[in-house]
Amino acid sequence: MTPADPPPNRSSILMPLEFLGNICVSFVLTLGDFVRFFMAILAGTLRGMDRFGLHEMFSQMFDLGTLSIPVVMLTGFFIGAVLVIEAYPQFHALGLASRLGSVTVLSVVKQIGPVLTGVMLAGRVGGAMTAELGTMCVTEQIEALRSMAAEPVRTLAVPRVLACVVMTPILTIFSDILGIFGGWLIAVHVQGINNDQFWHYARVGVDIYTINTGLIKALFFGLAIGAIACYKGFRCGNGAQGVGRACTEAFVTSFIVILILNLVLALLLTNIYVMFWPNQSPIL
Amino acid sequence: MIQPPNDKSDQAIIRFADVHKRFGSLVVLDGLSLAIPADRTTVIIGPSGTGKSVLLKHIVGLLQPDQGNVYFHQQRINELSERQLEPIRKRIGFLFQMGALFDSMSVGENIAFPLRYQGLNSERDIQQIIGEKLAVVGLSGSEKKMPGDLSGGQKKRVALARAIAMDPEVVLYDEPTTGLDPIRADVINELILKLKEELKVTGIVVTHDMASAFKVADQIVMLLNGKIIAQGTPEQIKTMENEDLRHFIEGRANAEDLKALHRL
Ligand SMILES: Nc1ncnc2c1ncn2[C@@H]1O[C@H](COP(=O)(O)OP(=O)(O)OP(=O)(O)O)[C@@H](O)[C@H]1O
Ligand SMILES: [Mg+2]
Repeated sequence: MTPADPPPNRSSILMPLEFLGNICVSFVLTLGDFVRFFMAILAGTLRGMDRFGLHEMFSQMFDLGTLSIPVVMLTGFFIGAVLVIEAYPQFHALGLASRLGSVTVLSVVKQIGPVLTGVMLAGRVGGAMTAELGTMCVTEQIEALRSMAAEPVRTLAVPRVLACVVMTPILTIFSDILGIFGGWLIAVHVQGINNDQFWHYARVGVDIYTINTGLIKALFFGLAIGAIACYKGFRCGNGAQGVGRACTEAFVTSFIVILILNLVLALLLTNIYVMFWPNQSPIL
Repeated sequence: MIQPPNDKSDQAIIRFADVHKRFGSLVVLDGLSLAIPADRTTVIIGPSGTGKSVLLKHIVGLLQPDQGNVYFHQQRINELSERQLEPIRKRIGFLFQMGALFDSMSVGENIAFPLRYQGLNSERDIQQIIGEKLAVVGLSGSEKKMPGDLSGGQKKRVALARAIAMDPEVVLYDEPTTGLDPIRADVINELILKLKEELKVTGIVVTHDMASAFKVADQIVMLLNGKIIAQGTPEQIKTMENEDLRHFIEGRANAEDLKALHRL
């Protein structure tokens, strides 16, 4: 009997404990493995890309970035519009309807734009990039790369992660613009708020720092999405089933990480704002 | 550097010394020792799932032994880092069992890949080599095709063209003739012989095709349950009295293998 085998007469109270323990152990192991992988990506980035890597990066930027623009714009527009529709009654009751400009732009730029883009991209990247890398792993293409003295992390993962890091903020900008447009359309043309007032308050509420807050968030989301998708693809289990599972896991993990990063970055960036501009409320 | 004790190994370009490899609880290589002579072709036979492909992967450091050592030109290569393995990998061509062509690249780009990684920059030279190697495997003119549009046998041959693209010193052929028609298979046999004779290529061929094995081999090795159970020249192997070996090369199932059938 190997030491890993459970002792035969063990109290049933220990069962859930053991289960929990196993989850913790595998979580820590996976995390450690991921951190190593991430370090390899950083090291690969610092050493630069070769011609093959550059080609990969641009084709990924097109596949995942450019082709995502319509869908990101569409969702941005609708969420922006709905935001104003639902916020209007409260603001109207308070007699602050004219301030909807601030609310719309702030929410879109800081929250909705980056998070929505991140989640959309996590789905798309989890589906496409993890599947591609997973298939390459299952069909021994990654081993073939290694056998030809190429470094898969440098030739495959680095270009993909960089593509995500570059494209997420760019897509966020598209989402922001359409989100604001959607909000403006409803506020001014449906709810009848004065156009000049809308833009006046929009400008008052939003400064460069706020816009950067959103874009910095997007940058980190892109990094997380790309790194997680590549990691799951590289560590793909066997067969079509393994690839499918890797895709789902990539999406779910990216999604959770985006939510956590969003919280952490919101706290951090807001505190930095208060530190540098203590007299201005960062909220409105 | 520690010299390997065995002085017969002077001609051995690759040497396995007591290699153990397991995946979880599955023991694949169980204390395997084997010397691969330079400029010769060694054929490895054995039932499906005994670890022939796993053995090949140890030679380029795609897998590391749990115990024991693998030597390439007297240099111990297990425990080398990926970076340290690069110069060795550049001298070895690997035909993967499933081809492992890069799906996102055309046939021509696939063959060009190892060349570009070797630092060959002249586009004219690269195109010329692609043309030559494709002609050798009987696929002239398919540079622009994508791997997805090829048949299984065609993929295998493109993969072979890629494996020999940079004129490696050692070529690992994992089932080079599987999935090919008999005539095409024989062309590949001739290719393996020709590479050995003209370019002094050391070949390691994993195959289930006994006709091919006897044709190309200078040495045949039979792997069973993670160990070598027979080793010798084709003539020696043909007359060897090992029961497992006889069953295998004659393609006869024994009573044990057929037991499940009787339950039908
Ligand atoms: N990376 C891996 N992880 C886990 N198990 C593996 C791995 N690679 C191979 N194996 C297992 O090792 C055993 C030997 O595999 P291998 O591919 O070497 O067989 P083979 O002799 O090449 O068979 P075939 O003739 O069918 O190709 C198989 O049982 C396989 O499931
Ligand atoms: Mg095999």
